[in-house]
Amino acid sequence: MTRFFTEDHEWIEVDGDTATVGITHYAQSQLGDIVFAEVPAAGATLKKGGDAAIVESVKAASDVYAPVSGTVIEGNDALEGDPALVNSDPEGEGWFFKLTLSDTSELDSLMNAAAYQAFVDGL
Amino acid sequence: MSEEDEFELEPIEILELPLDAWHRDKGARMVEFAGYHMPIQYEGIMAEHIWTRDNAGLFDVSHMGQLMLTGDGVAEALEALVPGDISALQEGKMRYSLLLAEDGGVLDDMMITAVPMGLYVVVNGAVKWDDMGYLREYLPDEITINNMENRALFALQGPKAAEALKRVVPGVDALYFMEAGSFFWGPKTDPEPLWISRSGYTGEDGFEISVPAAHAQKLVDQLSAQPEVRPIGLGARDSLRLEAGLPLYGHDMNPDVDPVEGNVAFAISKRRRAEGGFAGAERILDALANGPARKLVGLSVDGKMPVREGAQIFAGEAQVGIITSGGFAPSLGAPIAMGYVDSAHNAAGTALEAEVRGKRVSVTVASLPFIPHHYHRKGGSI
Repeated sequence: MTRFFTEDHEWIEVDGDTATVGITHYAQSQLGDIVFAEVPAAGATLKKGGDAAIVESVKAASDVYAPVSGTVIEGNDALEGDPALVNSDPEGEGWFFKLTLSDTSELDSLMNAAAYQAFVDGL
Repeated sequence: MSEEDEFELEPIEILELPLDAWHRDKGARMVEFAGYHMPIQYEGIMAEHIWTRDNAGLFDVSHMGQLMLTGDGVAEALEALVPGDISALQEGKMRYSLLLAEDGGVLDDMMITAVPMGLYVVVNGAVKWDDMGYLREYLPDEITINNMENRALFALQGPKAAEALKRVVPGVDALYFMEAGSFFWGPKTDPEPLWISRSGYTGEDGFEISVPAAHAQKLVDQLSAQPEVRPIGLGARDSLRLEAGLPLYGHDMNPDVDPVEGNVAFAISKRRRAEGGFAGAERILDALANGPARKLVGLSVDGKMPVREGAQIFAGEAQVGIITSGGFAPSLGAPIAMGYVDSAHNAAGTALEAEVRGKRVSVTVASLPFIPHHYHRKGGSI
């Protein structure tokens, strides 16, 4: 399994042609206390860079974008009851959705962990 | 909404608070607000909000305008522009009031205190320059407007605010809600007078402290050294005031709304209702007598999804209002909002819907405040 990152602070962990998507630790620290998350339903088709989910802090609502195109397999229902999972475990239990990739070559444009760390350090 | 949108303006320099470095040193995340770099949060909005409700929160509100109006007949002169009974205000007493446009629209909300020199007026930071221009234009030349730019302003809010502040400034706990006075602080040999009022914008007991900017850091260091006190950012200030049902100027009120629509008719004093004689009196007294066409109300929100400023409010297919403030209420663990709703649909308990990202959310007109105020009132039990 390989984990990639986007400049919009999403992570995507790829296993063959399926993947899990969430927001990074840096993203949750910038958003602050998460009070609501809306994840896509199974079967939804996502386009790379398009709106995929919503995350709301006390102050504001933010979009979560699809790092790659694909079809949603499952949204993380646990976020409905406990949106703070995004704060406490953003890159684990606080994942947003799983999807089937429609074009694995889209992964080529994403960053690996070291490149993302360098990107965040430069912000 | 703002006039700035209509023009391409030169970039304006964002100003620093006197304690900019202090905030950054305390771990604040700074954002631009009202033309200043302001701390939006330190440890986190939720924790800061709850801390203030349970203990005491220290807020830097030095972006607000501190004006001193002086001159013969200053109270009577100001009454032409505000609907409060200012001439009856006794020294050391304060009133919440409104700066009114000629058509009765609200240009700002403000705190007016009678002081030995004249009137001490605290106005919102985002519109303080407009306020000063308007006051200068409409007040007689004999009235002097002094913008006390060399003073910082702090709010200490929460049930333990009095306990903490009286250790630093002895005697301050003698004040009741909406009273103010000068208190000596510091060494007996070289005391510094502070102007302190028992007031605030969180719904909790608390104080607002005006101090020369040169002494601000020393004061804030002493206050934040008290075990009850933590610094609190703008984020929690907003969620605290929303739970307390207090309107935020520029969001819940603007020049298009009059005080009755804005649910701040309590600022129109009895004598002024009888006599009129303030800007926009005709419109405002008519709204008082006949009821406003729309009114700012509280809205409780079903479910967990926040409903925010700009969301439209519906009764069936008809749009009957708009949200002007909304977010998550940490003390309630639920989203809440305020907004303007047409008179036919704004009675407490009315079931409506708000539209968020194309989806309808059930909301209910709620009585304000969402959580009870805990002011230290004279003769009150708390």
